[in-house]
Order: sequence, then structure tokens, then C-alpha cells
Amino acid sequence: MEMLINIAAFMFVAATPLTLAAIGETVVERAGVLNLGVEGMMIMGAIVGFMVAVNSGSPVLGLVMAAAGGMGLSLIFAFVTQVALANQVASGLALTLFGLGLSALLGQGYQGVKPPAFPQGDIPLLADIPVLGPILFQQDPVVYLAIALTVAVFVFLRFSRAGLVLRAVGENHDAAHALGYKVVRIRIAAIAFGGACAGLGGAYISLIRVPQWTEGMTAGIGWIALALVVFGAWRPLLVGLGACIFGGIEAVQLNLQAAGVAIPVSLLAMSPYLITILVLVIMSAVRTGAPASLGRPFHASS
Amino acid sequence: MIRLEKRRMPSQVWTWAAPVVAVLATMVAGGAVFAALGKDPLVAIRTIFWDPLFSEFAFYYRPQLMIKGAPLVLIAIGLSLGFRAGIWNIGAEGQYIMGALAGAGVALAAYPLEAAWLFPAMVIAGALGGWAWAMIPGLLKVTLGTNEILVSLMLVYVAEKILAAMALGLMKNPDGFGFPGSRNLQQYPSATSWIDQAAGLHWGVAAAFIAVIAAYVLLSRHVLGFQIRLAGQAPRAARFAGVNTARLVLFCLGTSGALAGMAGLFEVAGPSGVVSIDFNAGYGFTAIIVAFLGRLHPLGILLAGGLMALTYVGGDMAQANLQLPKAAIQLFQGMMLFFLLAVDVFTNFRLRINLRGAA
Amino acid sequence: MKIAKLLATAAMVLGMATAAIAQDKTKVGFVYVGPVGDGGWTYEHDKARQAVVAKFGDKVETVFVESVPEGPDAERVMTQMALEGADLIFTTSFGYMDPTINVAAKFPKVKFEHATGYKRADNVSTYSARFYEGRAVQGHIAGKMTKSNIIGYIGSYPIPEVIQGINSAYIHAKKVNPNVQFKIVWAFTWFDPAKEADAAKVLIEQGADVILQHTDSTAPQAAAKAAGNVITFGQASDMSEYAPLPRVSSIIDNWAPYYIARVQAVMDGSWTSTDTWDGIGPGMVGIGEISDAVPADVKAEALAMADALAKGTYHPFTGPLNKQDGSVWLKAGEKADDGTLLGLNFYVEGIEGEIPK
Repeated sequence: MEMLINIAAFMFVAATPLTLAAIGETVVERAGVLNLGVEGMMIMGAIVGFMVAVNSGSPVLGLVMAAAGGMGLSLIFAFVTQVALANQVASGLALTLFGLGLSALLGQGYQGVKPPAFPQGDIPLLADIPVLGPILFQQDPVVYLAIALTVAVFVFLRFSRAGLVLRAVGENHDAAHALGYKVVRIRIAAIAFGGACAGLGGAYISLIRVPQWTEGMTAGIGWIALALVVFGAWRPLLVGLGACIFGGIEAVQLNLQAAGVAIPVSLLAMSPYLITILVLVIMSAVRTGAPASLGRPFHASS
Repeated sequence: MIRLEKRRMPSQVWTWAAPVVAVLATMVAGGAVFAALGKDPLVAIRTIFWDPLFSEFAFYYRPQLMIKGAPLVLIAIGLSLGFRAGIWNIGAEGQYIMGALAGAGVALAAYPLEAAWLFPAMVIAGALGGWAWAMIPGLLKVTLGTNEILVSLMLVYVAEKILAAMALGLMKNPDGFGFPGSRNLQQYPSATSWIDQAAGLHWGVAAAFIAVIAAYVLLSRHVLGFQIRLAGQAPRAARFAGVNTARLVLFCLGTSGALAGMAGLFEVAGPSGVVSIDFNAGYGFTAIIVAFLGRLHPLGILLAGGLMALTYVGGDMAQANLQLPKAAIQLFQGMMLFFLLAVDVFTNFRLRINLRGAA
Repeated sequence: MKIAKLLATAAMVLGMATAAIAQDKTKVGFVYVGPVGDGGWTYEHDKARQAVVAKFGDKVETVFVESVPEGPDAERVMTQMALEGADLIFTTSFGYMDPTINVAAKFPKVKFEHATGYKRADNVSTYSARFYEGRAVQGHIAGKMTKSNIIGYIGSYPIPEVIQGINSAYIHAKKVNPNVQFKIVWAFTWFDPAKEADAAKVLIEQGADVILQHTDSTAPQAAAKAAGNVITFGQASDMSEYAPLPRVSSIIDNWAPYYIARVQAVMDGSWTSTDTWDGIGPGMVGIGEISDAVPADVKAEALAMADALAKGTYHPFTGPLNKQDGSVWLKAGEKADDGTLLGLNFYVEGIEGEIPK
């Protein structure tokens, strides 16, 4: 029983950076842009947040600046793809390369430095509830932020007018343009939001989950976030749920190993991706899918 | 008010000038980074772009450029066919791995048999491995309409896990003291892809050149090439023209998968030699960039592959000779790609500065 | 073919040229598998490089390239160093084994030193460290200090070096604490801070109050610090930034004495191809400062054991020892031979679980 509680509590920690990055990317893709540079933006957030937190002593300021750092990097992508109309797949890959290089340069001298501790976010009273308390109410504040953000993005996309416009841009940018919406501006805003979220996710790893700075420390989490967006069928709540499943698989895997249960680690490690493909197949069979304009460049005169 | 205006025809001048402008811009920006790190920017840039080609030891580096560039070109050629037709295979990395595993699997199963048929059999197995891996997104797309970008990307991760499992398990070298990694195919004469190692020539290099020529002929002379271009530029018109979309999807994905698989096989049987846990060095992803840098044109891809290889080889030289950190090289490459991708806009668009609008 | 000849001639000319230059300056190359800032494996190799520079000053010139993938890139980087006149090249990862042998064949005048491999040639030496000696000391401290009797172990890949470490630590923990239990998690990576931190947290949640790691980042240290009441040991580097708690001691890969000796040998012209597998004695494996969090008597015992290991009066794998399945591995007083250790692929009796296949 205790192990189950641990797995469940742990699941949220593993899921948080994934959720943050994936929610951001969901908005980006819903606006019709495919930014494969999530890994690069995350690692930028990780180092910027770390540097600011260490130098200012404030982890909260670190998080804020991490979001700014991720956003700053994403704006390069926004310029290249939205203004200069370069291919999004290639630009996203270049962004990852760029981010990994820049973060490693910035991070020289931060190895072995300990960041200021992040305050634990136990919620009074609720934290003492048996079972649910440790799982839900003894987490750090960023976990709650990730959950809140997921819900907020869901509400934004589903119920707000701006969300409707954003989706319209993603589904058919020509029609949206004809209706007088500023396609490029909306997309740049979405890309910036995605960058900020990815930066936050990266800083969560360097400031809370590990916490330390090491070169290349995101180690592929940004790529998993990309898979997650698909897994969640571009729907924020499902993306959040997917993050819990992905994080949960990791938690279960490690816990079973530690408990001495022989498990096929490699099979389990590839299962999220196989499940994601399965989800894609099911979705396409029932004819719902990716935003129709995903990855296609837009120019007003064309 | 500054805005972009679409050109009626792609600009001839910019087609040639854009890459030059981009590389020059990279040199300026990159030089600034190097200078900030306390290195002489001119020396650094000469080391990266000039020394591999013309320095004292260029006789060694030139062949190395071919070795490094060959898989990039081979994969990018395959990808470019699909990209032209609007079919997005971004899982070449996975197909590369599966090709290497299938090809190496044949060799390791046959070990230590020496036979003339072995290497051709490995090439076929490698191509089939990559082809089969690419057929998964292909078949899903034509039967169910599943997005091939995402399926092919997911399959990269799956292939990576299979690779790790193989290197640690089934393909582990029985004489390797329990260390992960397969037997070295370089020491298995029938299975090696080397033609002349000192000249940097292996079958992968040959295949890359053949692929460039074949793609050129296909795109400019063959009806299939016409269909590919039509499907990319005007999908509706393509359907009216009787293009069988499903067949085109399968052809493009299959070809790019097979070429990526072959690239993997040539690499594992030649320069690399062993199936190891992280045998894939990102060629499949870098090739996507190469395809776009080369504007999806076979000759452009050849040049772009060479340029990428140059920054890798020259970048390592700059690390050793100038003690530049690896990160600075990565940053430099990233900048170069952005510049190349961004400047390309002038080929199809012109800047219009509308003074009256501003006033 | 012509080019092959050209390369051979060039190599010969260069061999002579470097011999001539060698009189005033010895050039030493280092090929690293990770970034110099990884805080573990590559970091320590680079520290040893700096020690070489500090020792020889103007008489030596060092060059290094970091994060070199194991494969054709490594071969090119080594060739480049040899062409540019390196007299001695250290290749510091197992995966560089075949590339090192290939390049060495082309440059007979250049000396190569390959870490952790088993292939040698006239101009290729191999060297590795008996990390399991350090693990014995760790196991002793861990067995004495655990209160929950659960010791967590983060493994990288199931290869002999890692299995040696697990067995050695277990044997010596068990010796001082018969109730001790090992929980082993395989991370299937050498370096992934988030995953290593996760593994440490899971082990702690399952009751471990000692974490041993055979992965290279300091993430498990950070996780243990956050959890509190857990002790850890530095891996590869001292990781002293986490002392005195959670890090109570460490196994340090100290390559400096070896690197200095080998560079000296090249300068003297006395370099020969050797196979070195050194432990605490020659200083290749260092036991990092045992912090005050360890009780004085335990610390004294640990230091005594390290001393015995250094002198060679004690071998960590001394019988009677049984394999996991209960069959006899070593009879009373018998010591494990190096051949068995180099290919070690089984747990000793008492460790639960299976080595992943």
C-alpha cells in the first residue's frame, strides 16, 4: 500500500516537467505550428533558471526567468519560421542544437553548485488526509502550477474566444486570415507561450527534481513531451493525463526493480511510444487528428 | 512598413547568393562568440572551414568528409523525395537503426563464414530493415490516414530501445568479456563495407553518389518525379492528373526508409564496425536539416551534406587545436542552420519597403 | 591505394618529425566521451590532464576533445591528434577500443593508452582501476551505518565492472551486518541526472538509508540531501560539495599518478606497452575524505581496510564465497583471479534479484 502511495506521489513529480513542456507544445501545435525544439528550450530554461536562482537566492525568480529564457529561445524559432518562412521541422531541430550548445556555454562554472532550496508546498489540513494527502497535497508548488496550467489551457482553448481563434488558425490558416485574424502574430504568441512553458519545465528539473546543473541534463525529456502531445490528442486534459501515465510507467518501473521484481526494462521503456502510436491509429480511425494546418507555412499573399 | 512580397519566380540570384550570405553571416556571428570566449575568431573560422580542405593534413581530412557526409547525403536524398511530395518522414533515425540491426544481424548470424554473397545479403537486409520500419507509418497513413510525422518520430524511440536491448543482449560479442556491443565487423572480411579505407571509400559513399544521380534523373526525367513534384505543389491538381496518392506515399516512405536503412548498414559494417548502445549518432535527424539546406534538390543536398560534414570535422579540429569547448561548436552549427534557413526566404520573396505606409 | 601509401609515408615522416620535436616538448592528446563538466568520469580524466600540465609545465603540451561519440568520430579525432604531432594519446572510454587499435596500427611511433579495454598492441597500453576495492570500503561503512538495513544501489549497465562493485559492496556490508539487504535499480544509462535522481528517490522511499551509485552524475547526492537521513558516496569524483552529509566518503578515479608516470615514460623513452589494473595501493582508486558523520570507530576500521587493500594483504573477493545459486565460487582462503573478475556475470549468494539480460 505504501508503495502504491509512493508510486502515485512520485508519478506527479516525474509528470510535472513533461506536463509543463507538453502543455506549451499543445498550444503551439493547436495554432498549427510544429516546434521540435522543445528539448532545446527546456535546457535553456534549466540553465537560466538555475543561474538566476543561484545568483539571486530566489528560486521563484529563477522559475520566472527560466520561462523568459525558454521564451527568448523560442522567439528565434518564431522569427525563422513565421517571418522568414523556413521549414518548421528543420528549424526546430536546429533550435535544439542551438539550445544545447548555448546552455552548456552559459553553464560553465555552475557545475557542483547547489541552488537555493525550493519551499515545499504542503497544503495545510489536506496534507494530513491519509492516502490522498501524500499523493496530492504534499507536493511542491510547481506541481500545482502544472495542474493549474493544464486546466487553464483547457478552459482557454475550449471556452474562450481567443482560444477559438487560435484553433481556427491551426485548422485553416487561410480561412482565419480571410476572416481578418492576424495569423502570424497569433502563432508567434503561441510559440512564445510554448517556449515559456518548456523553460519552466526545464527549470523544474534543475531547481527541484534533481536539483543541480549538469550539461545536457534534460536528457531527452523534451522529446518525450513531443510524444505526449500526440498521446493526448492535442487536448490539454488528456495531455496532462498522459503525462501521469508516462511518469507512472517510470515510477512503476523503478519501484518494481527496487522491490526486486524482474521486469523487462527495455520493453517497458518503449511502451509509452507504442501506446502513443496506438492512440494515433485509433484517433485516425475515428477521424479526429492533428490540427489540419500543422507544420504548414503561412504567408498572407499566398 | 516593411513586408515580404512573393516573387512570381524564385530568384536566380538569391538561389545562389543565399547560402553564401548565410555562411558569411554565420562567420561574423560565430566569430563574435569565439572572440567572446577569448579565441582569435579568424583562426577559429579558418580551422573549421579551411583547414579540413586545404591544410597540411587535408589528404586525411578530405576522405573523412566523405565518410561523415555520406550517410547524411544518402538519408537526405531519400527524405527529400517525400518532402517534395508533402510526405513527412522524420523518423529516418529509427530506420537507420533498424537497417543497421537487420544488416548486422545477417552478418553476425553468418559469422565466421566467409562468402561473396554475404555483403550483398547484408545490404538487402539493411534496406529491408529500414524499409519495413518506414512501412509502418506508410501503411497506417494510406489505410487509416494516421499522421506519418508523428508515427515515424515515435518509432525512432522504439528503435533506440531495441538497439540498446540488442547491444546488451542478443548481439553482444560473446568474446567481449560481458561488455555491451557486438563483434567488430571491420574484422570480418566478408562483411565489411570498406572499399579503400585510407581513401575514405566505402560502399556507403558510393551509394550516396549513386543516390544523388538517381534522384536527379528521377526528378527531372521520370514521370514519377513529375508526380512527386505535382503532389507537393498542387495536391488537387495531382489527383486530377491521376496520381495514385497511396502508392506515392508508400513509394516515398519506402524509398527513404530503405536508403536510411542502407546508410545504417554501411555505417555499422564500415566506419563504426560495432552495434553499440548509442551507435546512432543522430544522422537521421541531421539529414532532415541537410535535406532542407539543400533545398530538396539532389545537388544541393550533396553540397549541404558536405558543408555539415565540414563543420563536424572542422569543429573537432577547432576543439583540439584551439581548445574551444564542444558547446561553442554546437552553438555555431545551430546558428549556421538558422541563418541558412532564414536567408532562404529571399529566394521566393522580396522585401518591399513601403515608405508611404510608414508615413 | 595511392592515398593509402601517402598516409603511410606521411605517418612515417611525422613519426620522425615528432621524434625530433619531442626533445623540447611532449604533446599529449586526450579523447573524452563526455563533457569535461560532467562532474564525474570525464571530469576526473581532465583533472588528471591538468595535473600533467602542472607537473611538466612547458615541457608538455596537452590537447583534448570532449563529447566524442564512440565510433568513426573517435577514430578521426585520434588520427587528427596523431597527425598534429601527438606523442601520446589517452582514449578514455571502453567504446574507443577498436578505434584506438585501428589508429595505433597506422601510427606506430605514437603511443596510445586506452582506458578499461582489453585489446593491446606494441604501441597500445590499457589501464583500468580496481574500483571494487573502493566498493569494499563503501560496503563496510554502509553496513555499519544503515539503520533500516536496506541499501540502495543504482547500477548503470549490467557489465562486469558494475557487477564487481555490487558484489564487493554487498560482501563487506553483509560481513558487518548480517541483516543487510540490497535493492538494486538499473538505470541503463551512465549519465541522466533526472533518472538517477528518480532512482535514488524510489530507493529511499522503499526504505534505503544508504545509496550507492555506479552512475556518473551527482543527482543521487542531491536527491539524498533533499530526503535527509540518507548517506551516499561520491562516485568517480569526490563530490565533496555534498559533504559531510549525505556524502560520507567517495571513490575517486585518480588517474593523475598514472598519467604523469606514462608521460614521463614517453619523455624518457622508456614507454612500453603494458596492462595496468591498479587499485588503492598505487593511488588509482582514491578513498575520499571520510566525513565526521561516520562514527570514529567505523572510520578507523574503514581506513584500516583501505590500508590492507593498499598493501595487498587483503583481497575483497576472498573465499569462502558462494554464487547466488548457492554453488561454491571460492573455497576458504581462495582469492578470485583477475580473469574471472574481468568477466564477472553473477551475483554472490545473498543478493536478491537477477542481473538483467
